[in-house]
Amino acid sequence: MDQLRMTLERFGGVNLLPVAVAAVAFVLIGAPSSWVTLTVAGLAMGMMIFLMASGLSLVFGLMDVLNFGHSAFVSFGAFVAASVLGWLAGWLGSDSVVLNAAALFAAFTAAILFGLAAGWFFETVIIKPVYHDHLRQILITMGALIVAEQIILAIWGGTPMNVPRPGFLEGSIIIGDVAIEIYRAFAFLLGLIVYVALFATLNRTRIGLLIRAGVENREMVEALGFRIDRLFVGVFMVGSALAALGGAMWAGYETLITPALGAELMIVVFIVVIIGGLGSIEGTLLGAILVGLVANYVGFLAPKLALASNMILMMAILLWRPNGLRPAVR
Amino acid sequence: MNDTLTTGSLTVKIIVLLIAALLLFAPFLFQDIRSLEVAARICVFIVLVASYDLLIGYTGIVSFAHTMFFGLGAYGAAIALRQMGPGWDAVLTGAVAGAFVSLILAIAIGLLSLRVKAIFFAMITLAAASVAMVLASQLSQFTGGEDGITYKAPDLFKPATKLAVTDDGKVARLFGVRLNGKLAAYYFVFITCLVLFLLMLRLVGSPVGTVLKAIRENEARAEAIGYRVVAYRTFVFCVAAVIASLAGTVYAIWLKYTGPDTALSFTIMIDILLMVVIGGMGTMYGAVIGAVLLVLAQYYLRDLMGSAAEALSNVPVLPFILEPDRWLFWLGIIFILLVYFFPQGIAGTLARKGDKA
Repeated sequence: MDQLRMTLERFGGVNLLPVAVAAVAFVLIGAPSSWVTLTVAGLAMGMMIFLMASGLSLVFGLMDVLNFGHSAFVSFGAFVAASVLGWLAGWLGSDSVVLNAAALFAAFTAAILFGLAAGWFFETVIIKPVYHDHLRQILITMGALIVAEQIILAIWGGTPMNVPRPGFLEGSIIIGDVAIEIYRAFAFLLGLIVYVALFATLNRTRIGLLIRAGVENREMVEALGFRIDRLFVGVFMVGSALAALGGAMWAGYETLITPALGAELMIVVFIVVIIGGLGSIEGTLLGAILVGLVANYVGFLAPKLALASNMILMMAILLWRPNGLRPAVR
Repeated sequence: MNDTLTTGSLTVKIIVLLIAALLLFAPFLFQDIRSLEVAARICVFIVLVASYDLLIGYTGIVSFAHTMFFGLGAYGAAIALRQMGPGWDAVLTGAVAGAFVSLILAIAIGLLSLRVKAIFFAMITLAAASVAMVLASQLSQFTGGEDGITYKAPDLFKPATKLAVTDDGKVARLFGVRLNGKLAAYYFVFITCLVLFLLMLRLVGSPVGTVLKAIRENEARAEAIGYRVVAYRTFVFCVAAVIASLAGTVYAIWLKYTGPDTALSFTIMIDILLMVVIGGMGTMYGAVIGAVLLVLAQYYLRDLMGSAAEALSNVPVLPFILEPDRWLFWLGIIFILLVYFFPQGIAGTLARKGDKA
């Protein structure tokens, strides 16, 4: 117990890492207004990546299953949401905020529902037969990713697709000489809501208790008579739905999406999960925000380095903590 | 592979020998440029896939950075040939530089991450490979960016070079094949690949190969017996990286062009995975069979599908299914089914068949 408490104490300090990064960046950037803009952009990006990464991390923590096809959900979410927004272009174009919000809500709901269904299908058909076999898991989910990308290509074609944004999320708020894009603030808020909801579910409900227990010691929970596999299907579906939601948010953020979107984001998502430590949503949030902040700061300070920055960040953190910042499974 | 010769493993060996013979006489048997292109690609991919099989099949390491090493070799040769002009010194410099950088990177990645779980390693290599890809397209003054680099191969490999001349000064023909630089280039590819492949075959058969298999089967036990698992893993990762890099150099010399699509793209990684799994993990011969099948499919099946789709354009669903662009979709599904039902691939399944008999 003593050792556990000591590690817990040490982990407490890790949470300050994004703050430290932001402080260093503030000194380096110098101009407070651009610093605020970059920080908001970084937080928004981090929150969207958190949405995509949380499911992956939880699924790994609970069932020791790493889904390389996770990014397919992100792509599908983005394209489903974009299609729904395209159909409801009339609602989006109108001046009424209610209609705007309804269209956005419909798009997100469609993405989430699709994610749930696809997650269920994926879990039962693709992953179930290869539990406890990492090699085949990696291969199978990779194969599924290939197939999913081809399906996206077949349905939506290879050309970039425009994503209409609802009117009330366009533009930016100007406070003093600081401009904050509304969509970014919205993305941040949505991510925060999801995080709080996830956190509360995991820490305050019976199901969350079971999930956490399952992450810690699966056999024991099963021995006590709980059906972990059913729980796992649920977690997998929620994780997929969150990935789809993240994809939908990302589509609105980028406003121009291509089928390669999933593959591009997958790398970032993996880096986030590795940095954060597999299996814990706190770690994932921490990793996502770190990655988002660093990507934006470095993009401003040294644009040439921007692409490698995530990789360097991951290397540095792995050298320091080989299991990630806040791992739930060791 | 068992030492006992079963009918199944005999079949596999005969098939592989047959493939080797076909590749050896390919320029004489199939006398058009495209076939030669296919044959050279098969040679290079056999080496690439076999070196990947060292990792995934023999040691149980899943790496997604294999194209990165392949690309390093290719870009090394390409940049050297571009800067120093066509010559053997450039080829050598490029090959050594590519292999050296691959080695350093492999050691770094290996020591940093081979201690952790297989899955972690897969993710880290995937991230490294994607960074390499981005770097190749960004550092365009060295790598030519998305357009890649074109350059000249050493003089010996120019199509105009005459290896042997008849009395009237024209290129001599052997069985109707012009003995020109193209032929020399093909045999350069063939022989280099053969040497590399035999080297790997030797490695796998050596005591080190046995230790690798032991690590794959039971890591803790191998460690307990006294083998340093991390050292062995890093070693095999480095060997595979260097061989992949050399394969990249050979391919770059053959193609006289290096770009992200031919040397670094993620599609190549997927191709390698498909070849290893289709051929059979854990047997060098499987790599041969997988590479041959998939390269042939890439070059000819798409055409076949296209003509089939055209021929059946009146039938409602079939043309849609057979559209050439969908071929990766079908490959993906075949891949998944193979992993489910024949995890040992063609070579493994065939070789096991003999055991029962």
